[in-house]
Formats: sequence, structure tokens, C-alpha cells
Amino acid sequence: MMEAPAAGSLWSRFFESVDRVVPLGDAEVDRIQAIDVHAYFGRTHAVRGVSIGFATNRITAIIGPSGCGKSTFLRTLNRMHELVPGARVEGRLLLDGEDIYASDADPVVIRRRIGMVFQRPNPFPTMSIYDNVAAGLRLNGVRDRRVLDEVVEQSLRHAALWDEVKDVLGRPGAGLSGGQQQRLCIARALAVKPEVLLMDEPASALDPASTLKIEELAKTLRGNLTIVLVTHNMQQAARVSDTTAFMLNGELVESGPTSELFTRPKDRRTEDYITGRFG
Amino acid sequence: MIVPAVPAGRRRLGDRVMTAFTFVAVLIALVPLFSVLIYVILQGASALNWDFFTQLPKPVGETGGGMANAIVGTLTLIGLASCIGLPIGILGGVYLAELGDGPLGAWIRFTADVLNGVPSIVVGVFVYALIVVPMHRFSAFAGGAALGIMMIPLVMRTTEELVRLVPNSLREASLALGIPWWVTTLRIVLRTATVGVITGVVLAIARIGGETAPLLFTAFNNQYWQTRLDQPIASLTVQLYNYAIAPYDDWHRQAWAAALVLMSITLILNIAARLVGRQRFAKARR
Repeated sequence: MMEAPAAGSLWSRFFESVDRVVPLGDAEVDRIQAIDVHAYFGRTHAVRGVSIGFATNRITAIIGPSGCGKSTFLRTLNRMHELVPGARVEGRLLLDGEDIYASDADPVVIRRRIGMVFQRPNPFPTMSIYDNVAAGLRLNGVRDRRVLDEVVEQSLRHAALWDEVKDVLGRPGAGLSGGQQQRLCIARALAVKPEVLLMDEPASALDPASTLKIEELAKTLRGNLTIVLVTHNMQQAARVSDTTAFMLNGELVESGPTSELFTRPKDRRTEDYITGRFG
Repeated sequence: MIVPAVPAGRRRLGDRVMTAFTFVAVLIALVPLFSVLIYVILQGASALNWDFFTQLPKPVGETGGGMANAIVGTLTLIGLASCIGLPIGILGGVYLAELGDGPLGAWIRFTADVLNGVPSIVVGVFVYALIVVPMHRFSAFAGGAALGIMMIPLVMRTTEELVRLVPNSLREASLALGIPWWVTTLRIVLRTATVGVITGVVLAIARIGGETAPLLFTAFNNQYWQTRLDQPIASLTVQLYNYAIAPYDDWHRQAWAAALVLMSITLILNIAARLVGRQRFAKARR
């Protein structure tokens, strides 16, 4: 087996290339606070007591090997986990101090505040590009054409897709390329103006060029959006995120500023993972 | 090598023989189908004329006349049946696909399959006891109910299958946008399955449009125009039946014409179902 390079030299190079384009907004308070969160599929204990805060208007990356529970944990954040039959969640998840699992909390409202982008682009196949972006508003009762037009344009601009599709808004969304579809899905999520955006390996099904675009996009959006990014691609976490959390076997091993976690990991297991000894 | 080698020549011969067998089987299956088609077209085309579509049946002994009332009657019965069968069938199918994994769903599914296999005349007797007897008369209403009951399991199981085909990622995408579950189900999931569901609905209509037995003692028949739904109404199938067993040559001719019209309606419905399938994106806005 080859000797892995020292963690420090490997990762420090990434940070020199990361330029902070957008001035960062207020990040004093954590937008989401997870306190001892457990998630189950039937008897399978997938997430085991994770406690972590997600800073407002920052990008937090969750890394870890396949099956470590990072996607499951992400899906507890907007109550998507409970949609799987037999799935349940324990612990407390606070969005701006309010427990999203409180008995009077409405999952529908929570999902409007915490948007989500999935691993595979999933535009609605029966809808045009325009209708895809407008879907979140339209299906929640917004009919005003001017409002819709404005939100669609704004969302597509924010998703860096407007220039490519502005003349073909009536075409089916499923006809775009994979990378464009994923940006369409991001625009669709942005259209309902969420405070938090969860991204579940958003680039893992895309080619390198599209991946880069999604990453650039995430960095731009951070200005006024709290992003939680699940990825098994460590370089991606290093390029994009402000904070990184490392999960293993359903537990949170450690979390901290991305530059520190990759250069001076506190935990032996983290070091083993980021230097490529497993996973 | 575990599998013993077969000489290439023998293997190729085996391939050819089997291919030939399947081809012959298809030919044999097509022979009765085309015989029926051609025979009905030959017999029916000579009897078919404009009067058939515009005239009422003539009294016994007079030649000519048509089945205008029966054509309208069949369409009326299909309309009534759709009012019952479509909403229940489609919503029931959505329920089975989205929520029907429990024991209740299993029971509904089983019942629907049984209902699907029940001889259509039994449905007729059932509606006779349920509607005709209390009303003291045959009616379009009862006929529509009988056909509607037959439609429910057909539409329900087709809808269920097609809704199940909608990828789960679309449900998740919609729910993650904060769209309520029932809106997601109707506007995203059912909308995505619409093309298939419409095809299934059209095929169900084609199927019940050709039913005779459930109409014999529900809608009965009628030699005249009938606009009231609580009165007996004519239908192509029952009229065809009555004319075919009658001892008059002219009526036999008209029965063939009715058969041709029925077959054409089925054909048109099938073509329509396919056209709907192609128009998937024609309505995209802007």
C-alpha cells in the first residue's frame, strides 16, 4: 500500500484557489441546531445521536463514506425522512430556535422554509422549464402572472440558468442536459424563497464541468442562504464549504472550519478518512 | 467449462427452428382476428348507408330505417357509466397506489380483481335488483350504472399500475417544495401518469361499449328516441342482438352494419388513445 501524503500539504492547496466572491452575511447564530438526533428505518438505527449547528448564510458540508447516515441525517432536517414507511426520528431539531418536530409544527410549512436538491436531477417531466420553476408557487395557490414571471426569472438567474433558457422557457424541463436539469431543480427550490437549502450529493450524477457550475452556484447563493451540502467527494467539500462535518457509522465524528478539519483533524478516524485510508 | 459445448451448426439450427415456431404461432393468432375484421367489413359495408345513422328503426315488414337512436343511446350509456366509473376508478386507483399497501388495500385490490372477473350478466342482474325493481322500470340510468360498475375495477387497476410507475423522486421533489400531499398526488403524480391513465380509460370505454349482457335487463331497448334517462334506452349492442336473432333478412343486414359501427368505434377509441399519448408536451406554456 502506498504511503498517503500528509494531510496538511494535500489540502492546503485547495484553499488558495477558493476565492470568496460574495461578501458573507450575518453568521453569528446557527440557523439550524440539531440536538442528539437519532433516525431509524424500522429497526435499523441509521443516525446515532448527532448534535451540530448549521451557521446562518454559510455552507456546511457533511462528508463520510457511503452508508454513514449523512443523507438520512440531511433528510431529517426538512422532515423528508419520515415519508419512508417505518422511518422515525428522535431528538430535537431547532430551526431559528423552534423545534421542527414539535407536535404543532407543520411539515409542509417547514419544507417551504427548508428546500432540498436531490442527488439525481428530478424536474417534473410533464412541465415546461417555466412551469417547473413556478410549480412551488402555483401549486400553493399563487396565480398572479406578474409575480410568477418575476419569480421564475429571478430564480433562474440565481441558479445561473437564465441566459441559457430564457428563450426556450416553454420547452420541457426534462429536455435539458443533466447539469442544466440540476440547476433547474435548484431554481425550482429557490423559487419558494427558502431560508435553508439542503443539497444531497447534488453533483454526483454530473460531469466535471457541470459539477463546477453547481459548486460556483452554491458559493454565490451562500450570501443569503444557509446551505447544508452532503457529499462523498472530499475535494468538493474542501472547495465549497465553510464548515465540514465528518460522519461515520451514523455518528458525527467531528466538525469544524473546513480548513482546519482537512489540515488538522482532531480525530484519528477523520484523518484516516481524508487521507484515503478507507471509505 | 461447466456447460458442454454444442456444435455451432446445431445451435444455429435450433435458433432458426424456434424462431420459425414463434412466427407461425403469431400467424395462427392473427388468422381469426383478421377473418373477423374482414368478414364484418364485407358484410357491414354493404348494409351501411346514411340512413343507418339518421333514421329510426322501421316497423316490422318495412325495409330501410336505421339505428340513430341506438347510436345516441350507446353514447349516452357510456357517458352515464363514465360519470360513475371514472371518478371512483381513478381516485380508487390513486388510493391503492399511494396508500394501499396495508390490509385494506389488499382487500380492495382483491375485490376489484373479483369484480373484474364477474360475468357481465351478473352485474346486470345485480343492477336489476338494485335499481330496476325499485323503480319499476328499465332505464338508461340502470344501464349506465351497470356499465359504470364494470368500469370501476378496469380503471382502478390501470390507474394503480400507472401511478405506481411514477418515480418516487417526483413525489419527493414536490413534497420538498412544501406542496401538500394531496396536491402532490393529484397535480404531480396523477398528472405525470395522465397519458397512461387516459389510454386505460379509453380502453375501458371501448370494452364496456361492446357489452350486451348487462344492458338486457337494465337499459332494455327502445325503438324510438328517448331523451329521459329514467326510461328504457336503445343501444347498438342490444339492437344488434335483437336484429341478429330476428327472422328478417333486412334486420340481419342492419345487424351487420351495427357490428361494423361498433367495431369502428372501438378502433377510433384505440387510435384516440394513442394520439393522446403523443400530445404529452403540446400544452407546455410560453
